[in-house]
Amino acid sequence: MLTVFGKPLRGPTPLTRLVLLALLSAALMMLDHRTQQLERVRAGLMVILYPVQFVASVPVAVYNVLIDVLTTDEAVQAENERLLAERQQLLARLQQFEALEAENERLRAMLGAGARVAVRAVVAELAGVSLEPFSRRLLIRRGSRDGVYVGQPVIDAYGVVGQVTHVAPHVSTVTLITDPSHAIPVIDNRSGLRAMVFGSGDQDALNVPYLSGIADIREGDLLVTSGMGGVYPAGYPVAVVTSVEDNPSEGFLIVRARPAAQLNHGKQVLLIWPEGAPKEPAP
Amino acid sequence: MSISIQARGRAILIASFAMAAVLNVLPVPRWAEPFMPDWVALTLIYWCMALPNRVSVGVGWTLGLVLDVLYGSLLGQHALAKAVVAYLTVRLHPQLRMFPRWQQAVSVLVLLVINQLLVVWVRGATGQPPATVAYWLPSIVGMLLWPWLFVILRDARRRWHVS
Repeated sequence: MLTVFGKPLRGPTPLTRLVLLALLSAALMMLDHRTQQLERVRAGLMVILYPVQFVASVPVAVYNVLIDVLTTDEAVQAENERLLAERQQLLARLQQFEALEAENERLRAMLGAGARVAVRAVVAELAGVSLEPFSRRLLIRRGSRDGVYVGQPVIDAYGVVGQVTHVAPHVSTVTLITDPSHAIPVIDNRSGLRAMVFGSGDQDALNVPYLSGIADIREGDLLVTSGMGGVYPAGYPVAVVTSVEDNPSEGFLIVRARPAAQLNHGKQVLLIWPEGAPKEPAP
Repeated sequence: MSISIQARGRAILIASFAMAAVLNVLPVPRWAEPFMPDWVALTLIYWCMALPNRVSVGVGWTLGLVLDVLYGSLLGQHALAKAVVAYLTVRLHPQLRMFPRWQQAVSVLVLLVINQLLVVWVRGATGQPPATVAYWLPSIVGMLLWPWLFVILRDARRRWHVS
């Protein structure tokens, strides 16, 4: 009676039904906000509703194909040259990196700290659909079939993008670090200061609250993940400090930062499986 | 014959809601995002007004839940908002039908704002930020589009005899 199209109106009045459904909504929201119990239901519904998202993603897919077709040989060649040059530079830096890694391992062994294990990463394409207006979320074309799990860190070539919040077999939702419900523990790469970075809801602004007036943080500082909290592995760039304002009446600094990752560009992100992650990706 | 008309009517309803849902998740450039109206809410308001015995609170709630799944938002958040919008539209449908088109559009604006208000209220309760001025733009765009959407859906309803 509640949801069927075309059945005659009988039984409870609209007001009764509204009250019942409002109570049901409240119960669902409470359960979804506080627990993980609805994740399976949500995953099932995401599968059923995938056709809607698929149809919505067609225009972008067609556009991408057209771009590919219309790109001239010269443009491809130019891009190839640019990528080769970039690769040379990255390889040159990698030579040093390997030496540093070995040195770091020796030093960590001397300190008695465990070696850092390299993480696995898999490329995920954006699904080309928009989610809730004014929210900071993405849909990616990787799901539980690929070993994606709730809470998994997502990065791009420049820094941390966010973490996975819902997983269906074929797609998953990523909450960006700019989402106001998102917080990430960081460390100032210059001074070693520990802090938390919160999303502001604004697409290129982050807040770093709760720092006292004497905290050693400056404009231009790079904030990297500290590894605390257990979601993000340590050492990934999160944000660059854009402004530090003293607010004597509150006793806290007003610190703003800009995400290191290119959250609004690009078609791909990287999913990473840190050490001790629940599942390994399927081979 | 009557069964086939019934089935066809249901198909039209589902098709129009499916199209609205696709439009809601259609990707647009960042700058255009605040100008995208809530197509599902507009379609729901139309059908609640035209066929209040057939499309009402239950359908609204289901559509809201569909949006919650598509958007990855809290389950029940849009469901609650759409159920309330459906209820108000069904309650007001005799007046809404009599209104001249512009007055109807203004009423639709009020319904759309209530819809967004309920969503932003839940967002606020779960620690998301208060809305900015741009947040309300979709409702205003929805109001401006209403007269056209009304004509399209009315013609579809008459053509396929949905009742």
